[in-house]
Parts: sequence; structure tokens; C-alpha cells
Amino acid sequence: MEDILEFLENNARISVEDLVKLTGKEKKDIQRTIKSYEKKGIIVKYRTVINRQKIKADQGVSALIEVKITPQKDVGFDSVAERIYRFPEVKSCYLLSGTYDLLLFVEGKDIQTVASFVSEKLAPLNLVKGTATHFMLKKYKEDGVVLVNESRNKRLPITY
Amino acid sequence: MIAKRIKQLAPSGIREFFDLVLGMPEVISLGVGEPDFVTPWRIREKAITAIEEGFTSYTSNSGLFGLRKGVSNLLKKKYAVDYCPDKEILITVGVSQGLDLALRAILNPGDKVVVVSPYYVAYPALVEISSGEVIYLTTREEDGFKINLEDLKEVVKLKPKAIILNYPGNPTGVSYSALELKNIWNILSKEDIVVISDETYDELTYNDKHTCFSSLDKKAKARTILLNGFSKGYAMTGFRVGFACGDKEIIDAMTKINSFAMLCGPIISQIAASEALLARKEVSLMRAEYRRRRGFVVKELNRVGLVTVMPEGAFYCFSSLKKFKINALDFANKLLMEKKVAVVPGKAFGKGLDSFIRISYANSLENLKESVIRIEDLLNNL
Repeated sequence: MEDILEFLENNARISVEDLVKLTGKEKKDIQRTIKSYEKKGIIVKYRTVINRQKIKADQGVSALIEVKITPQKDVGFDSVAERIYRFPEVKSCYLLSGTYDLLLFVEGKDIQTVASFVSEKLAPLNLVKGTATHFMLKKYKEDGVVLVNESRNKRLPITY
Repeated sequence: MIAKRIKQLAPSGIREFFDLVLGMPEVISLGVGEPDFVTPWRIREKAITAIEEGFTSYTSNSGLFGLRKGVSNLLKKKYAVDYCPDKEILITVGVSQGLDLALRAILNPGDKVVVVSPYYVAYPALVEISSGEVIYLTTREEDGFKINLEDLKEVVKLKPKAIILNYPGNPTGVSYSALELKNIWNILSKEDIVVISDETYDELTYNDKHTCFSSLDKKAKARTILLNGFSKGYAMTGFRVGFACGDKEIIDAMTKINSFAMLCGPIISQIAASEALLARKEVSLMRAEYRRRRGFVVKELNRVGLVTVMPEGAFYCFSSLKKFKINALDFANKLLMEKKVAVVPGKAFGKGLDSFIRISYANSLENLKESVIRIEDLLNNL
């Protein structure tokens, strides 16, 4: 049933009827499988990828923030990470190997909002040793989809 | 001014329909004979680098040795056939040029060539351009458009010089198992016939493994001109790279013509093709996608009443309109004008195919889904 995940990952709005046609499986099996994926947390949520660059107003700003933190006895990075990812401003949070520990994706309505989140909430945390904030200038590709004008399909409409 | 045999070339009969489609770029076209994928990036990137590095010269008339070696290795690995890259492989400008060279190399005026119908449109024309005479071997719907062995025996009696095989085939998607090919070869091997085997869709085989005609036995290999290329499986139609493999004598003759007529295929494309040979993962991802679409579209076409046999390869369905009182050209016209979907009427691919249409599933699932809705709508209101 893994192909169901692939179809859903590609198009969260795909209907069960289409999945029946595409996979050749029974409708009730597909419904049961999706339910169980949802219950087990394999399917976390259904979201829409929006190219905000095409919406003139209200684009907001996004930033990547590198965070160095001090691990703690027994729990390692997890509890510090939790203190950080609980902030609603943090959209994604990853623990990485390399020169810093956490990588955050933060969104805000303008640069000031993000800057004050860093200086007033993130940086003052006891176990945070340092931060580096990178504001995003342009998105070229997201979730495997090229967002800038990609020229495609130059085929002639009919050929042998 | 124009040579008689060129003047006499039969027009396709659906020229007007093609012009109509070309004038309506907003349609969903299921009439396209090429992949909807752009060439995988690693192949495009290699072509860009080749230009940057100054590879802008001719290559040898046989093509880049590295590419011939790569082709040789691939055929050895996939089909256990051994072609010497030095003497038995020629790089061509697509399979089309390979076919043209093969026919020019072997035909004397009036020599007969068997073309299996439904056929890819270029076959009869190329035979005639080379001053050959076409004999049609017509396959039947009830045989699943496969060669009927009794019919083959009859046609062989006419002493043809060559037969053109194409599997998986355009327009039907029909292919042959190893056993079926052996049965065909049993008949052909008794005569002095050259087999031109166009296996351009070999990478797009979905059920059984593809069997290369040259792999049947030693004698089959000696008598086969194997044609293949990068257009379909690797989504490289615009690069124009193919290859011809065969006996040294035949490849020699074809190379001789090439050395005067075309010189060589573009070096940039040949370098890109060498990279393509390494792109196995990309090829299998595309194959998986076609396979998925095939499952969807065949089931749906049958559901709406267009009887469609599951094609074994390529990316075409050859669907029957016999349940409906309409011929294929009228249907295709109506579908185009009223529903903005383009398909190719069967008559483009041979005589007696007026109730068939070719539907290409080299298109996105969304478009295929939308097309089925529109086709169903039209059929319900005929």
C-alpha cells in the first residue's frame, strides 16, 4: 500500500475513487489503509504548497536560523529543542550534525518580527550559545516543485 | 521537377486533421508520439558541459567510440548479445536515420519489404524512397494485432528481401514474448530475409522482459539489423541519437552511406547519450510512471466503451470505436472541435483501421483523467 502514500504525497486532494482507478485496489481497503496511516501518524497532515511570491501583498518573511545549544545530561538536545520548537514562530526544526545544532525555519510578517523573536525569545534562552539568522531572498524550488517560471512542454501537439 | 517515386508517396490521409490540431495549441493532446518528460537533468547537464568544453567538431562516421562501447555493454548486459563496438555498431541520427540507412544499404530497385500493419508511418514511405516495394502483412484485431504465423508464411512466399519488425510497437503497444519471436524466426530463418528490428521502445516494456531479436540465436543475430535509440526510453527525442547494430558487412555498408550523406550525428548529442547510458534510475522512474498511467487509462477507456487491449509496451493505446456508429476520423474531429482533446485516427497507420484511434498516454495523469471525462461525455452524446 506504499503507492497510496506516494499518490497522496504528490496530491493530498486525490480522491479515493481516483486511488481505486490508479492502484486497482478495493475502495474499502484504501479507506482503511489511509485511516490507519492517519492513526499511526504516518500521514501527519494534508497541506498545500503555495507559491507566495505570486501573491503581491502580505508575503511575510522567512528565515533560516542556525542555533548552537548546550546538550543536557540524560536528555541530550531534546529538551532544549522542545523549548525552541514550541514557539509558534518556528515552522520547522531539525537537529543537524556539523558546526551548529538546530536549524529552524521561522516565519514572520516582517523583518522586525523575526528579529525580535531572535533577540527577545530565542537568544536569551540559557542553553542557547549562539544564533545566526539568514533571511530568505527568493524561493527557487520547494518540495520538489520549481517555483520560478519553468519553461516546459514544448512538444508539438501532434506527432506520429 | 520532382522525382516520380517521391511524387507518388502516398499522403497520410489525415494531413488536414494534423493541421487542424497544430492550429489549436490549447487542446489536451493525446496525439503526441514522444515522452512528456523533459530529458533527465544529468543528461542535459552533460550536453551543456560538452558545449562549454568545446566539443563542437565532427565525430567519426561510426560515431564516438565511447558511445558505441557503452551501447555494446548495455546490449550485453540486458540481452546477452555481443556486438563489437568497432565493427558492428553505428551511431545514427535517431532510429529514423538508422532505418533509412538500413533500407538504402540492402535494397535494389523493386526489392520487396514486408511492413506489418498497423505500422509506424515512416516504414512504407522509407521503403519506397529507397525504390523498394512494400508488401503489407496485416494483423488482426482478434489476434491482438500480433503477427499471425500462417499469414507470415504466405507473405514469405513472395520472396521479400526484408521484413521490418517493431516491438513494442507504435501505434498498438503490442510486443512479443521470447516464444512468439522464436516462432516468427522459425519461419523467417528458412528464407533469405533480412530482419530489420526496430526496438526503439524496448525500455518501455511493462510485463515480460523485452527479448531482443538478435538474442534468439547466432543466425538470427547475423541476419538482423537491430535499430534502437535514446528518444523514447531516455526522453531524448530532440537530441536525435540512435544506433544500428548488425553484421560487419551491413554496418560497413550503412557507414559508407553515412560517410557521404550525413557524416555523423551531432557530437553534443552523442556525448549526452553516453551519459544517458548511466541514467538507469531515471529511466526506470519514467517507466514506472508510464506503467501507472497505462493501468489507469486502459481501464478507463474500456469503462467508457472504447475497447482497448492492454498494451505491453510503448505509450500508446489502440482503441476500438466499433461499439459506436462513427468512424475514427469523424470521432477525432468531433473530439477535437467539441471537447478539445486530440487523438490520432487509425487510418494514419494503415488500411482498414477506420474504427481505431491511437491514444498516447505520454501525458500527465491529470490530463489523462480530464480527457477520459471529455471522451465519455462525447460518446454519451453521439
